Amino acid sequence: MLGLEKKDFRLLLIVIGLTLFAPIILNPFPAGSEMAQFNAGYPDLMQRFVIFGIFAIGFNILFGLTGYLSFGHAAFLGVGSYSAVWMFKLLSMNVLPAIILSVIIAGLFSFVIGYISLRRSGIYFSILTLAFAQMSFALAYSVLTPITGGETGLQLALDDPRILGAAQTASGNIPVPALFGLEMRASYEMTVGAWAFTFNVGYYLAALIMVLSFYMAIRIFRSPFGLMLRAIKSNQTRMSYTGLNSRPYTLAAFVISGMYAGLAGGLMASMDPLAGAERMQWTASGEVVLMTILGGAGTLIGPVLGAGMIKYFENIFSKINSQVLHEWFGFLPDGLENFVVTIIYPFVGKGWHLTLGIVFMLVVIFLPGGLVQGGQKIAAALRRKKTDDANPGATKPAE
Amino acid sequence: MDQFILQILNGLDKGSAYALIALGLTLIFGTLGVVNFAHGALFMLGSFCAVTLSKLLSLSHKVVDETRTDFLGNPLQVDVPYVHDWFGVATGDAIIDWAVPLSLLFATPVMIGIGFIMERGLIKHFYKRPHADQILVTFGLAIVIQEVVKYYYGANPIPTPAPSAFKGSFDFGVLIGFDVNAIIYPYWRLVYFFFSLVIIGAVFAFLRFTTFGMVVRAGMADRETVGLLGIDIDKRFTIMFGIAAAVAGLAGVMYVPINPPNYHMGMDFLVLSFVVVVVGGMGSLPGAVAAGFLLGILESFASTAWAVSNLPGINQVIIYLVAIIILLTRPRGLMGRKGVMEE
Repeated sequence: MLGLEKKDFRLLLIVIGLTLFAPIILNPFPAGSEMAQFNAGYPDLMQRFVIFGIFAIGFNILFGLTGYLSFGHAAFLGVGSYSAVWMFKLLSMNVLPAIILSVIIAGLFSFVIGYISLRRSGIYFSILTLAFAQMSFALAYSVLTPITGGETGLQLALDDPRILGAAQTASGNIPVPALFGLEMRASYEMTVGAWAFTFNVGYYLAALIMVLSFYMAIRIFRSPFGLMLRAIKSNQTRMSYTGLNSRPYTLAAFVISGMYAGLAGGLMASMDPLAGAERMQWTASGEVVLMTILGGAGTLIGPVLGAGMIKYFENIFSKINSQVLHEWFGFLPDGLENFVVTIIYPFVGKGWHLTLGIVFMLVVIFLPGGLVQGGQKIAAALRRKKTDDANPGATKPAE
Repeated sequence: MDQFILQILNGLDKGSAYALIALGLTLIFGTLGVVNFAHGALFMLGSFCAVTLSKLLSLSHKVVDETRTDFLGNPLQVDVPYVHDWFGVATGDAIIDWAVPLSLLFATPVMIGIGFIMERGLIKHFYKRPHADQILVTFGLAIVIQEVVKYYYGANPIPTPAPSAFKGSFDFGVLIGFDVNAIIYPYWRLVYFFFSLVIIGAVFAFLRFTTFGMVVRAGMADRETVGLLGIDIDKRFTIMFGIAAAVAGLAGVMYVPINPPNYHMGMDFLVLSFVVVVVGGMGSLPGAVAAGFLLGILESFASTAWAVSNLPGINQVIIYLVAIIILLTRPRGLMGRKGVMEE
């Protein structure tokens, strides 16, 4: 189906289903209940899930397939954001040209950086990308202020030209980003009993683009080009002995993943039309590395899961404060309750980074294939148990 | 000319910090072959050793002072540090004043201990794994250390002063025949520079002139053969990891008066130190030290008004620019051997 194998097609269908019904799935608690603050189904967060999902899918095409660990991918995201906001300022508030331009600019930018960085491999490549990204960040923060807005970031203004659209709305406000009149922030609220679900235009646009990017990623993974990238990862020296020049392939992978990052940046600016230099800082690059590894580098669905998990931690898990913990453990005797809360408290709420760091270390140590590998291991263990139960008389082969 | 000398001096203290961190990174890489992204966190832990000791020393209890009264006429309660009770007022004050240098004594065993635990507990299991895995796991460890420090010390920088004997600045210009106030340089930065020279000298002397150091150098050159000769090289490398951790920690201790420590200072320094290591040449100890000072001084020259007005933004990017040029033209770095880390 669609040029995919059956297994991949099923995966694609699952992803489509999940993104389509995300506003419902992520809102399991009734509105107004105490647990409602742990609902993740509000537009802002859901947009972030899918946008960072796109970012991580793109990063995975580079790192997961070729093994080149870039520590500077946030630069492309930042460039994408800046180009999208400039499009809003100069052309119109339609998101389509903005997103297209951000992909193109990020592609060009990543071509230049990739062309230079890919002359080296291993840790030297990581340091080079890190150096370029930090340079872009420093320049965006200081010298390039006329283009980037410097510390305050790039924002829309009432006197922007916007040659194809209105500079301001009838009521004298800055217009909001829209897709042919469909405003990104427009939402449809649906109430079912005690539950409230929000269906947001911006989210569905981003989700549609994420599904398309996911489909593209599957095609790349299964193509001869993807196979070539894997070959480079497993043994680049041998590849060059066979007379193959591997650099065009790695460069293509680098540019593709840079364009994915630019796409994510453009979408981010479309949802909220401003761009700041901090999006390019190396901690932001580190974040996408965390997402990809956590979910499972080199797997298809892993990066999306990792992105969702980190954003969930950042926005929801960080809300658990000591009061909530006391409510949860209220059934315990007082002394024990205080003890348990004291133990858990450093790991939740504001300390979510600590939990993230520990989980990340555990994943790197025990599950180099990320959470996806963990899931596969569990599934395999269950299946083995089932087959063992089915034919108890089977003898084990001699070791 | 005086400006020139001033910029060199200004570059020295940051250069010293770069050189010390890069030295530790290179020691770990040269001996164990591990790329340690948590090294900046060790530097930061050293700084917080100094903060902790200075807080501990100024712990105090309340004493009613009969000779003074507050505005209501009641006897005034005064905070008296415990060290006053134990050593007398004059000595006690001196101890509190010298908290940062005293932290060196406190930080050395602590940092060596942390280094041992890190190597035995975690890094040991990563010798055979790819460099990317080593980078990732130590990156995760750095996040964990950072967050633990943030939990206990808060997110704000904690100013901790240098001993009052080193407050103020030193008029270096007068010494070599310039006008008064032409070249002035804070005393503590001078102390930091000489301190780093001592540490660097000590590490080199240790490797050069002791039997232990000789074995370690032999192990760096050919680990397998040294092992075949019946020497427990792993144990010695663990000790070297502890020493590298201590070097980073001590660099952090002495840096506290220059830059009030906060939980993410380690990461800020780490990125630059990696660039320094790469410029100096992966695996080359003299290269790391030389590149540390060189980049520190270059950075200081690039932040002069003249440089910034001619090349806007140069002060922000100079280190990365140098790194990019070096990596592309001379990938092994200034003094590196060929083929290190080229996977």
